[in-house]
Amino acid sequence: MSTADFTWLIGGPQGSGVESGANIFSKVCAEMGYQIFGKREFYSNIKGEHSYFTVRICDKKINSNVNDVTLMVSFDAETIFRHYDEVISGGGIIYDLDLEKSKTDDVSTLDGPFKERLHKELESQNKPFTIAGVLDIAKEKGVTLYPVSFKSILATLAEEKENPRLKGLVRMFNVIGVALSLGLVKMPPDSLKKTIGDIFAKKPEIAKINQETANYSYNYAAAKFESFNHLLTGTEKEPNIILVQGFQGTALGKMACGCRMQPYYPITPASDESVFLESNEIVEVSGDRPGSTAVIQCEDEICAMGMTIGAALTGTRSSTCTSGPGFALMAEMLGWAGINEVPIVITNYQRSGPSTGLPTRHGQDDLLFAIYAGHGDFPKIVYASGDIEESFYDTGNVFNYAEVFQVPVIHLMDKFLASSVITCKIFDPQKIVINRGKLLEKVEDGYRRFAFTDDGVSPRSRLGIDNGIFWNTGDESDEFGHISEDPISRVKMMDKRMSRLDLILKEIPRSQQVVSFGIEEHTIISWGSAKGPILDAIDMLKKEGISIGYVQLKLMHPFPADYVISLLKDAKTIIDIEANQSGQLGKLFKQNIGRDIDYFILKYSGRAMTSTEIYNSLKKIVENKSNKREVLMHGA
Amino acid sequence: MALKLADYKTDVHNDWCPGCGDFGIVNAIQMALAEMGVQRDKATIFSGIGCSGKTSHFINTYGVHTLHGRVLTFAQGAKIANPEMTVIAAGGDGDGLGIGAGHFVAAGRRNVDMTYIIFDNGVYGLTKGQASPTLKLGEKTKSLPSPNTNFNVNPIGLAVASGFTFVARGYSYDIKHLKDLIIQAVKHKGLSFLDVLQPCPTYNDINTRDWYAGTDLVDEAQKRHSRIYKLEEQGYDPVVHYDSVPEVNEKLSQSLIKSLEWDTKIPTGVFYKNELISPYTQRLQDKIPNYNENPPAKQNISQNGKPISDISAILDSLKV
Repeated sequence: MSTADFTWLIGGPQGSGVESGANIFSKVCAEMGYQIFGKREFYSNIKGEHSYFTVRICDKKINSNVNDVTLMVSFDAETIFRHYDEVISGGGIIYDLDLEKSKTDDVSTLDGPFKERLHKELESQNKPFTIAGVLDIAKEKGVTLYPVSFKSILATLAEEKENPRLKGLVRMFNVIGVALSLGLVKMPPDSLKKTIGDIFAKKPEIAKINQETANYSYNYAAAKFESFNHLLTGTEKEPNIILVQGFQGTALGKMACGCRMQPYYPITPASDESVFLESNEIVEVSGDRPGSTAVIQCEDEICAMGMTIGAALTGTRSSTCTSGPGFALMAEMLGWAGINEVPIVITNYQRSGPSTGLPTRHGQDDLLFAIYAGHGDFPKIVYASGDIEESFYDTGNVFNYAEVFQVPVIHLMDKFLASSVITCKIFDPQKIVINRGKLLEKVEDGYRRFAFTDDGVSPRSRLGIDNGIFWNTGDESDEFGHISEDPISRVKMMDKRMSRLDLILKEIPRSQQVVSFGIEEHTIISWGSAKGPILDAIDMLKKEGISIGYVQLKLMHPFPADYVISLLKDAKTIIDIEANQSGQLGKLFKQNIGRDIDYFILKYSGRAMTSTEIYNSLKKIVENKSNKREVLMHGA
Repeated sequence: MALKLADYKTDVHNDWCPGCGDFGIVNAIQMALAEMGVQRDKATIFSGIGCSGKTSHFINTYGVHTLHGRVLTFAQGAKIANPEMTVIAAGGDGDGLGIGAGHFVAAGRRNVDMTYIIFDNGVYGLTKGQASPTLKLGEKTKSLPSPNTNFNVNPIGLAVASGFTFVARGYSYDIKHLKDLIIQAVKHKGLSFLDVLQPCPTYNDINTRDWYAGTDLVDEAQKRHSRIYKLEEQGYDPVVHYDSVPEVNEKLSQSLIKSLEWDTKIPTGVFYKNELISPYTQRLQDKIPNYNENPPAKQNISQNGKPISDISAILDSLKV
């Protein structure tokens, strides 16, 4: 069996159906047995700016995108201008014939700096500033061009089906693009028809028009296009595979582990999680009446956090979901939750900062902020997931940490994860354990919420249960929760709360703190979503006989220093890989371990890392040709 | 076992200044809880920051002393998660109408079934008497270096405009009347707001107890009269009786007009009451059919340490 490793790119103005086109394409490929890794890039804009989706299709498990595009399909000029140079020699570009004469100046959304770079390139190659010009460069490189008039496809179809309405349905350009691509790669057509039927299951008429259009376009490509080198004819399908979007991992984890309240304030890229939870607010419960998640859209992130804490005080598992700017607003309340030992989970889908930064772009920017958020000393947990699949199980774990240690937990996710689509093994909720710690069902007389105990964790009552009265305050308090400014009691209370940090390191299983993928002379330390591209890059190097170690940190705070030191004792060269400017993990590493990072591979262009980039950088390091700090730049 | 007033008191030392209007409010809350027979462990008092923020420590129910301006957010979260509880939120006018004004407005729109009491004294007492949102423009209380440069907020008007469905004003030195208002507010189905005029004897030397009592005012008959009067004694009807636009608009407008009275005549009592607007919990119940009987705080989520939520239907829909 030949191995397929294929990258398909679709682009278009925001609002033109790029995402749904990519969903159809991904689903068809997944149905035909392929593994998928897809990722969406988009502007902070509702309609008109450039958005694109790269879907990597492979017959083995993949964890990232690569730089090379095998086939690009485009129904607008901007996509061609921005991505023509990503298509490899031997690859193809399907494009709308009607665009050939378009000039760069015709595309109002091409920003100045980009246009300047493009003009320079076209000038150096003696090409006009048009689509024909860039396509010429692609052709000379060895890319096969597949011109087709999208409009005349609709016109012919309208005639054939005697449905004049079809002629003007430009919003079907996405489906035409998908079907042309699938026809070109000779994907069996049945799964396309089925997938469109599934996606538009609730609108049979729309499904029918889309299916007819797809069918026509598919046949058009199969009959009229020159044959393509890269085919996707299907492969052996593994059982129990799901096609899942990034935000669904934490959302499904929350539903499974019993999170029953999620107040939130809209922010990209976090809102999708809350909207998904609300869309599925009624939760089936085996052997019992249905439960529900109260998803409350608040007036701001401060309210979201206040409501989350208020709900947690009633014994409800509750959380909020936000991104950097929203998390910044929550910092004061985080301290309140800390001093009052309230178990809450804040899911932070990070994006590029500072301030509004690149609001729809990727960044692992909030690590140090999450660790230090809130004034004063109080215990908290900062935990980072590396991919969508683990985010489901990690969500179950972070709620346990919150309740067992009675601390706020910040669960770090990011935009790369949120807007990725992957195939993976179906989530198994039975692998989730629910541990509610010292939550009380019944309360004895003389209850003291903040009683001193041997392990520093007090039995926890909840608002509204018999006999369980307690007080909370943001002030320092006594064991009952009443304000106390007594110096001796203050020191005892501070030490009691802060002793939780050692307990956390002792009690959380090491396998949940840090994951080692092997230690070599050159070993990577990293956290979060860099995991996928790193794993794939290591794989690529292994094929060349180069072994690179990799340690993925998940428990970021408290920092598992002793364990990391013991893991890394045989690693001579430490390489820090993360998506921020300053190498935040590197700083944390130095602070906790006292060891210097030898090389940094960083990316802060707002675009996610590809395995190609990491492979190239690692190779340079191994060959001793690297700078201490490599900055990755791939991606439009 | 019937509960007595004393059962609602804690033995926490109360460090408010002698003569502070806050004492009257705490007493009135305790009296109201006792009279309604609210079980101590079925009620939570939330409070904000400042002198009034200490209120929750003096009342022997669940007590949550929160952050400046944020009391409504905590209180609403708890009430939504456990709607069986009686929830009262308390805070100062600086807390609720300054830093917390955004939450005040949003809470009105939500109409969660609970009570919010503002201790309204025109100054930031605990930080030594700066001007708070209800202090009038140009007034100079004792510790202000110069007269107040901001226009005042109208708490009653803001509450009505924000969608609070019960809006009333009490006076901290008329404890019995205040207690009756608190009972009405707690029993109201929806978000009730109580603006309590509460002289700060230490920092507000303008709106003093004597000022409210009208010691500076004499009428034509050379008789002294209090500034405070009760709306109900004047035949004022605050209730929206039926669901029609003219009826609602009339009741809203009259409450707004009444809210503008100040200086020599200050109305107390209920300004506006509308139970025809659904409380937030009802809105949740409309979406989630068993929300009221099985709210978030009551839901069973595990058995023997394993999840009992069944997400298999969603997982199946993602299968390829």
